[in-house]
Amino acid sequence: MNRVRKAIVVASCAALAASVGACAQSERGGEGTGGTLTFGAAGAPKNFDPIFNDDGETFRPIRQMYETLIEHKPGTAELAPGLAEKWEVSPDGKQVTFSLRKGVKFHDGTDFNADAVCFNLDRWFNMKGAAAQSQMIYYADVWGGFAKNEGDAGEPNYKSCEAKDGSTAVVSLNAFKGSFPAAFTLTSFSMSSPTALKKYDADKVTQSGDSFTYNDYANLHPSGTGPFKFDKYDTGAQVITLSRFDDYWGDKAKLSKVIIRTIGDEAARKQELEAGNVDIIDFPNPVDWAGLKQKGFNVQVRRAFNILYLGINQKNNPKLKDIRVRKALAYAINRQQLVTSRLPEGAQVATQFMPDTVSGYAEDVEKYDFNPQKAKQLLAEAGATGMTVKFYYPSEVTRPYMPDPKGIFTAIEADLKAVGIKVQPVVKPWNGGYKDDVQKAGKQDIHLLGWTGDFNDPGNFVGTFFGREKPEFGFNDPALFAQLKAADAETNPDEKKAAYEQVNRDIMTKYFPAVPISHSPPAMVTKSNVKGLITSPLTNERFDTVSVG
Amino acid sequence: MLRFIVRRLLGVIPTLFVLSFLLFGWLRLLPGGPAGALLGDKATPESIASVNKVLGLDQPIPVQYAKFLGRILTGDFGNSLSKSRPVVEELADALPATIELAVAALIFAVGLGIPLGYLAARRRGGIFDNSTIMGTLVGVAVPVFLLGYLLKKYIATDLGLFETSGRVDTGMNETNVTGFKILDALMTREWDVLVNALSHLVLPAIVLGTIPLAVIVRITRASVLDVLNEDYVRTAEAKGLLGKTVRRRHVLRNALLPVSTTIGLQTGLLLAGAVLTEKVFVWNGLGSLLAEGIEKRDYPRLQALILLVAFVYVIVNLLVDISYAIIDPRVRVR
Repeated sequence: MNRVRKAIVVASCAALAASVGACAQSERGGEGTGGTLTFGAAGAPKNFDPIFNDDGETFRPIRQMYETLIEHKPGTAELAPGLAEKWEVSPDGKQVTFSLRKGVKFHDGTDFNADAVCFNLDRWFNMKGAAAQSQMIYYADVWGGFAKNEGDAGEPNYKSCEAKDGSTAVVSLNAFKGSFPAAFTLTSFSMSSPTALKKYDADKVTQSGDSFTYNDYANLHPSGTGPFKFDKYDTGAQVITLSRFDDYWGDKAKLSKVIIRTIGDEAARKQELEAGNVDIIDFPNPVDWAGLKQKGFNVQVRRAFNILYLGINQKNNPKLKDIRVRKALAYAINRQQLVTSRLPEGAQVATQFMPDTVSGYAEDVEKYDFNPQKAKQLLAEAGATGMTVKFYYPSEVTRPYMPDPKGIFTAIEADLKAVGIKVQPVVKPWNGGYKDDVQKAGKQDIHLLGWTGDFNDPGNFVGTFFGREKPEFGFNDPALFAQLKAADAETNPDEKKAAYEQVNRDIMTKYFPAVPISHSPPAMVTKSNVKGLITSPLTNERFDTVSVG
Repeated sequence: MLRFIVRRLLGVIPTLFVLSFLLFGWLRLLPGGPAGALLGDKATPESIASVNKVLGLDQPIPVQYAKFLGRILTGDFGNSLSKSRPVVEELADALPATIELAVAALIFAVGLGIPLGYLAARRRGGIFDNSTIMGTLVGVAVPVFLLGYLLKKYIATDLGLFETSGRVDTGMNETNVTGFKILDALMTREWDVLVNALSHLVLPAIVLGTIPLAVIVRITRASVLDVLNEDYVRTAEAKGLLGKTVRRRHVLRNALLPVSTTIGLQTGLLLAGAVLTEKVFVWNGLGSLLAEGIEKRDYPRLQALILLVAFVYVIVNLLVDISYAIIDPRVRVR
């Protein structure tokens, strides 16, 4: 009898296991044509109010729900009409007149118009509270200070916004800045519904211990004009659900839903794609590209909009003050081989400190092809043969421009040793002091770092790096700073382009503050039945054109 | 017994105080402060300095600690840096996930481990015993994350059995009562959710339970072998007691003492150390929070999590001591 009972228990367990396993299979499967897209994201968003954010994973859901006055032509970094059909910049560059689209609605049903534009701009300028102001990174970067600075923000550049009529907004600046009008494409400057902002106390940001607490607008009730609207955020499962906004002003999204699932572990993200549980992942490890293609996935490589450079700090090591030594480093490094062996398919050697997609890129800069003999000769002339350098590189990180920091370091170290330079490696975790040491304290002699552009403006690259004295590079060159400032102040687009082209030529001959290494294109991977995705060099992909077949 | 329990619980308080101070100081002394984590990629030295000033992170550490202590004594652990949510809410969301996984892993480990260990001891030196020992060696040697990836690939993806990640399918719309998916499904009689939740739970429970299974098998085997050689077992058999009576009343009961200690220690490890399993299976429990917190230098979250884990360890050890008293009447008399 005992044996019979045991057999029944075992058989029941086996049957239950089989049914659970079978149900797992039967419930997996396609969502239907154009129904739901599931995106496997690397990180969870902080909140859904664009002005308080600056990181790519937070921007991902925000970019589906919101729009900016100026957008980019799909797949490029060229400016294109967004919520503004056209814009005019005054000759002195201090006024931008936007002609707005008509018939646009926010997700809460209220109208988008010139009053809404001015409400948003005034809101940012008049933001109160040190906590809130400290989180408006892009605002501080582009607009400077606030009506009343409660932190360390600089002078405000925003003067006013006037709604001339329902569809004309005139934005006035205190001084022209080269980043305008391109800065209006920044996701942080998306348009929110004034009604929702007021209703849900959107300006309330308070300190909570070592962090900040946001409000109901940012956490629960975001309201933009985009093709998708916010449904819910399951914080336990870390799943954001967006649904199609049927009153969207343009072509309605093909998908009815977009689900964004946070899967922090890269290998797990790839496995979820292979298991069919997500339809798209971003930034796959380049070593996996070939394998994923073989399995039938689409690896969509973006145009590069970034730069990896070997930074040179002229302060600590006197030999690095000599431009011949800095140029010797460039000749010593076999950048073509590095690009071929350590960087993903589509990566290119950088000839200057911006990719060719940015206005102001100069085709005719001086090139530094691999030439170890020339490197040795320059070192000898400068009396720097056999010099020692402290070479900093980061660990516990991959960046789109630097997918394998250790591998890149190893390649460069070997090249430097080959010309007699002794290397003292210093490795620090990315989140554990690397950026502090390199950018704040300037402890390094040379280091690896890079940048992904925020918008199509040359100042966003070379201006950011070399526009002022910084501990990272340890030099004070008023001539270079003045030249960059003058280029940034050009209001005529053609003259601005020419000015930056000259800046790039001069950086690569007269100044040579660092060595540009490469531009690496990051990729997205999709299942073969995902159609209509247009990748963006600024990683600003929209899913309204996507369908899942 | 009650005095014993109260005394042990009161003893937790000074332990947690000392731990909180050490933890607070150590986290603050690590390079790369919370401001960098808050601001993300576009953090500049200037913006970091600005945030440090707003948050009071430029003040002396004893001053910061005093404020921190004042907050946690009122139950305010602040917001996590990476998600700007109250840490207490994050833990409340994650705890049921971890407990559910730990319980499933424990059921797997204990349910299989004690019988296997007992049978291996009874069949000492035979094929079954040798295979079991080999199996336990493999169980502790194979890295958790590797086992997880292999099971996900070959069992879930290739064979289509069980699920690869999460606790239920995305878009399941299950009713949330307690946060325990299995329990909630039983309470609300959502049978489709129950089956779905089980299909998600099986593989991570096996992965997480493999090392405890191996340990429990070995401890049980060794313990049963010891007891089988005791005089009182021989005496009981000589007196003519039925085999199953001897096994149940004399062998198993005495052999379980060290096994219960092991189970207690393993439970604490399961609750605190499911980091790799949760990462591999995207199981959003305490382990995932811990892994992300370390990666992003999320101080508020790490402080709360480590204090919670310490508290859990103390409670689990207390429960083990109580279970001793239940199993062994001699402990009760003392």
